[in-house]
Amino acid sequence: MMTVSGLVKRFPGVVALDGVDLDIRAGEIHALVGENGAGKSTLVKALAGIHAPDAGTMTFDGAPYTPGSAADALAAGISVVHQELALLPYLTVAENLFLRALPRTAGVVDRKRLRADAARLLTEIGLEVSPDTLVERLGIAQMQLVEIAKAISTDCKLLIMDEPTATLTSRESGRLFGILRALRERGVAIVYISHHLQEVLELADRVTVLRNGRSIETREMAGVTAPDLVKLMVGRDLAQEFPAKPSTELGEVALKVRELKVAGFEGPLSFSVRRGEVVGLAGLVGSGRTEAMRAVFGADPSLSENIELYGKKVHIRHPQDAVRHGISLLTEDRKSQGLVLDLPISANVTLAKLRGFLVRFGQERSLAEGLGRRLHLRSAGVDQHVRTLSGGNQQKVVLAKWLNAGSDILIVDEPTRGIDVGAKYEIHELLLGLAAEGKALLVVSSDLPELMGICDRVLVFSRGKIAGEVARADFDAEHILTLAYSGYLKNGETQ
Amino acid sequence: MIKRLVLGEAGIGVALVVLAGFFVILAPNFATEQNLRNIMTQITLNTVLAVGMTFVILVGGIDLSVGSAMALCAVVSGTMMAGSGSAMTLVGGILVSVLVGGVVGWVNGFVSEQWRVPSFIVTLAMLNIARGGAERYTDAATIYNLPAALNDFGTLTLIGIPAVFWVALLLAGAGWFVLSRTVFGRLIYATGNNEEAVRLSGHKTSRIKIAAFMIAGLTVGIAAILYMARLNIASPILGQGYELNAIAAVVIGGASLMGGRGSMVGTFLGACLLGVLTNGLLLMGVSDFERQIITGLVILVAVVLDAYRLRLARKLAVAQPAQALTPAMTPS
Repeated sequence: MMTVSGLVKRFPGVVALDGVDLDIRAGEIHALVGENGAGKSTLVKALAGIHAPDAGTMTFDGAPYTPGSAADALAAGISVVHQELALLPYLTVAENLFLRALPRTAGVVDRKRLRADAARLLTEIGLEVSPDTLVERLGIAQMQLVEIAKAISTDCKLLIMDEPTATLTSRESGRLFGILRALRERGVAIVYISHHLQEVLELADRVTVLRNGRSIETREMAGVTAPDLVKLMVGRDLAQEFPAKPSTELGEVALKVRELKVAGFEGPLSFSVRRGEVVGLAGLVGSGRTEAMRAVFGADPSLSENIELYGKKVHIRHPQDAVRHGISLLTEDRKSQGLVLDLPISANVTLAKLRGFLVRFGQERSLAEGLGRRLHLRSAGVDQHVRTLSGGNQQKVVLAKWLNAGSDILIVDEPTRGIDVGAKYEIHELLLGLAAEGKALLVVSSDLPELMGICDRVLVFSRGKIAGEVARADFDAEHILTLAYSGYLKNGETQ
Repeated sequence: MIKRLVLGEAGIGVALVVLAGFFVILAPNFATEQNLRNIMTQITLNTVLAVGMTFVILVGGIDLSVGSAMALCAVVSGTMMAGSGSAMTLVGGILVSVLVGGVVGWVNGFVSEQWRVPSFIVTLAMLNIARGGAERYTDAATIYNLPAALNDFGTLTLIGIPAVFWVALLLAGAGWFVLSRTVFGRLIYATGNNEEAVRLSGHKTSRIKIAAFMIAGLTVGIAAILYMARLNIASPILGQGYELNAIAAVVIGGASLMGGRGSMVGTFLGACLLGVLTNGLLLMGVSDFERQIITGLVILVAVVLDAYRLRLARKLAVAQPAQALTPAMTPS
């Protein structure tokens, strides 16, 4: 029904899809699994007409399929439930459901029919709310169900669901599976993406594993086990070069976090990092790594925390406290959280250490130039606005900012995401060099080879908990990934 | 060089010169010394208010309360100073005016930061509160009998320039210094550009924003004194619509209402442009109604040109890195 072959999609600095083949049959539930960044979401966006592929072909219902927009995909009969909700909060459930084509008589919305149609759809999906409820008043799980109801409200032939159960309880998930099975009986093809391998095993007829933007294998689900899937997801990656890791004596415990609780995550989390140590935080997106780091840094309020620096208890309520205590946080999104894009490089570099009355322009300049040299920053000079730098160079500016702050504890969240290979290597080199100087590093990364390349040990997060810890000597991608999925293999009673 | 011309305040400066040239030719008595002094006096209040407004707009806020707050400052300090000739009450009156303005600014900033309410709404509410407060304070009466010394200052000229305008120049100069030379000024720009990045770099951005509103309040207090010095009265209905003129000056000066972009030089030139336009049209005998239409059109043109200019500047900036790959930062 839908055949995809040799699909390629490049973004500046990264190849998101690197030759994906996929074939989806009418009346099947087809699961897509893969690590973070394996290309699942990009593939969905290509199917949904949001990203135009750079190469490869898609055929749908026997005809070439080249959607120019999301509307084209819809018109062809392809509905997508995206990870992010796209509902209008101040409209009613009924209006949201039929926004694409409100029933009308003589140009005026036919409220009676709208309500009746919506009520029917809601009963079908088993959501017990009045069609007149404002979406704003719904819980997140109910919104998710409305989104799903919206997707099946049109007569779609192919339904794509990207992590639909992330916010649902097991009872709601169970009901959703019932709906999906009923749709399958009607001949609708369903592409199902989920971290919950258990669900995939229960629900899907076939599964395709993606890795590094490539489709690795498609299998009939019968006889497949979770360990099989993990093994396929890990595979053997192309050898990536990492700088040699200098052997460093580990120093005292720099940061010790006990019983950290973060809103929305199970926790509590306890971990520590020593001087000279690089500790990796592995896990799936949404497993709580970023949130935990932000709580430590004081960027978001934590429900309870007990942080010790060098054996002394400290209180961190605002990033200012963290910076004063010598903690740095390189955020995962450098553009929206790390940089002031319309200020020059020099101003960005000094931002975390800006104090006093007057800006010392001369000092700032030479400082920025010195750090620029050290980090091999490529620019037209320190007056260049950060907005016009490439991703890798922007990341180096953020790193320069924290180097300038002189922190001894460095938390870096996805330090090399969306960065080309050369800059990646340089950043790894820099991080290892900092550790060798005696700084303590916490590295959050979805790039498992990266963590295995530069870390002394890795903490594996799974569903808001630390599922395990792996020392460098025992690094094994399959083992780490199994731990990362472990929280999602149980049925979702906890959420 | 091109970049400097496109990005800097040169554009508005050129517009000001062209406009002045136009009036020199067409408006009788425009290019006289006396008229230049008139223009200076006329733009004094707007310049002072626009200096404060620049801080607020740079952090992405807006202050609609400045006109009413100015009336409140004037009646409170005017009541205190009326009928007294002592230097103490004069100084006290000035301090009280500045204090009232500062408090109003602090409330504006604090409320919008503490409860995350858009400053548009907070200061709209303050516009009503301050106006009502001013009328209640004097029972809608106008205050006369202000100290003679104040009025003397209002008519004084130093080196051929009205003293009140010196104050405006001084404030604009101070504002320029703070914005372009101090750490606080840097943080104002940075916060307006990307508040989250500044917060995550360890700065309390709420304090920075509240300070911006307080600065606007302080300039309101000063403007109230200058108003009384010029007109020798304090009235609870003074200053209506002044907030919009101040905003217009800042925006004509190239500031973005989204925050993070703008300059004190631009604001000053913007205030001059508006003043020259009003004065020139008046001398040409253009009616009040038509003058309003023309002023509105000028604001439109300025903003549209600015949007165009910005797009051009972005293009130039993006075109730049091509030559930038010669590592300018290799050891030299």
